[in-house]
Amino acid sequence: MTQYLISVLHDSSELATDDEMAAIDVFNEQLQADGHWVFASGLASPGSATVIDARGGEAVFTDGPYLESKEHIIGFWIIEAPHLDLALRLAAQGSKSCNRRVELRPFLGE
Amino acid sequence: MTGLDDVITRVHRAEWARLVATLARRLGDLDLAEETAAEAFAAAVEHWPVDGVPPNPGAWLTTTAYRKAVDRLRREVRRADKHREALMLFDTPDPPGAIEDDRLRLVFTCCHPALAMEARIALTLRMVGGLTVPEIARAFLVQETAMGQRITRAKAKIKAARIPYGVPLREDIPARVTGVLAVLYLIFNEGYLASGPEKEAVRADLTAEAIRLTRLVRALLPADGETAGLLALMLLTEARRAARVAVSGELVNLADQDRGAWDRALIAEGHALVRARLASGQAPGRYQILAAINAVHTDARDVRDTDWSQVVALYDQLLRLDPSPIVRLNRAIAVAELDGPQVALAEVDALPLAGYHAYHATRAELLRRLGRSAQARSAYDQAIELTGNTAERAYLIRRRDQLAGR
Repeated sequence: MTQYLISVLHDSSELATDDEMAAIDVFNEQLQADGHWVFASGLASPGSATVIDARGGEAVFTDGPYLESKEHIIGFWIIEAPHLDLALRLAAQGSKSCNRRVELRPFLGE
Repeated sequence: MTGLDDVITRVHRAEWARLVATLARRLGDLDLAEETAAEAFAAAVEHWPVDGVPPNPGAWLTTTAYRKAVDRLRREVRRADKHREALMLFDTPDPPGAIEDDRLRLVFTCCHPALAMEARIALTLRMVGGLTVPEIARAFLVQETAMGQRITRAKAKIKAARIPYGVPLREDIPARVTGVLAVLYLIFNEGYLASGPEKEAVRADLTAEAIRLTRLVRALLPADGETAGLLALMLLTEARRAARVAVSGELVNLADQDRGAWDRALIAEGHALVRARLASGQAPGRYQILAAINAVHTDARDVRDTDWSQVVALYDQLLRLDPSPIVRLNRAIAVAELDGPQVALAEVDALPLAGYHAYHATRAELLRRLGRSAQARSAYDQAIELTGNTAERAYLIRRRDQLAGR
């Protein structure tokens, strides 16, 4: 079993609609029923981010997201799947349910 | 020694995909499979002239490649686990049918949708087709180092994303087969209408390779209608290759081609495939319809014998599957023969294809037939500017310059 991160990409500050939330719930329940669920959550808007750099000893806090980009990550799933083809299928269902583009990446390690 | 070179070339064609595919399954590593397969062929070039060609070249190559793989894994202490694994697998006999499945696995892995399209094409030509990196680089007019990197990156992605070495999930199969056929069709088209100013107009090596790979996929998926359709389409297109470029290096369009130069054997094979698909009673997909259109064209001994109403009907059928402007453009060309250039031009003018050379070339021909020379000339100019094919450019320039002076 490999764990995968499914990041949800979004290009505005609008939250999910009721229909999207309902579809996401259905998808989450399916993930849990089929044993693919690890964790999932939405994220607060990029404006809420703080960048921290403590490499120099004293922590330096900087307001705002590290990357200024049009698209940002609005939420994510962590799923478990036996192989990439199934993970791709699940990611496609995730994209459909939340009505946004998603990115799939495996976690490191065997 | 030419006799032996021929033998090695033939064995390479016949055995490469099988060898890489078997090694990849047994070693669990596509990279290692490719390298040891290449080393086994290098060993053949060295040993066969001295020791003679072994009675079973395929088995000789497999054994040699395994030995190379095991030697290499022994040397790499860090990969001790894989070493044990490889040694263990070394003595496992192949299950029946495993070899066919292995090649299919290899094709599906190289054409995996998680890879970029250009990576899929390069990997398929290297791993399944057995073309060398310099050969693939030449075919696509890319620097050898760049092509090498493209293939290395693709293999790294296969490893990092753990793209499975296997036949797709049952519910994914139709989409994945479509993906494989798209790769094969792109390889064929790059050969058939090569782009790039320094390239030959038609790359027979690429069209031949695409046909060979499609034959292989068809042998592996004999029941798939679209695979048969794509093979038929390629054969009926390839059949016209010799007639397609004039001695002057200029493209010859379908109407003006020397039909006596068409390859009758390829046409017969293509027609048989199209007939078999029609007899199946199953609804045809895109490639089967395109093959049927090409069957109508290659059925006519003279362009005037072409059954244009049948061609238009087939394009109508294709439009229901793929309502794209390019299909509409091709349909309009047939409409011009059936209902005249005025009707066709009205249809062409409505298409949003201003960036496509064939759109301007089609408009130019229709305007010319309607006697609207000034507009035809400017359409030829735009087509000439947009085409990437040397022979097509030469043809368009001649057609333009035949128009009366300004």
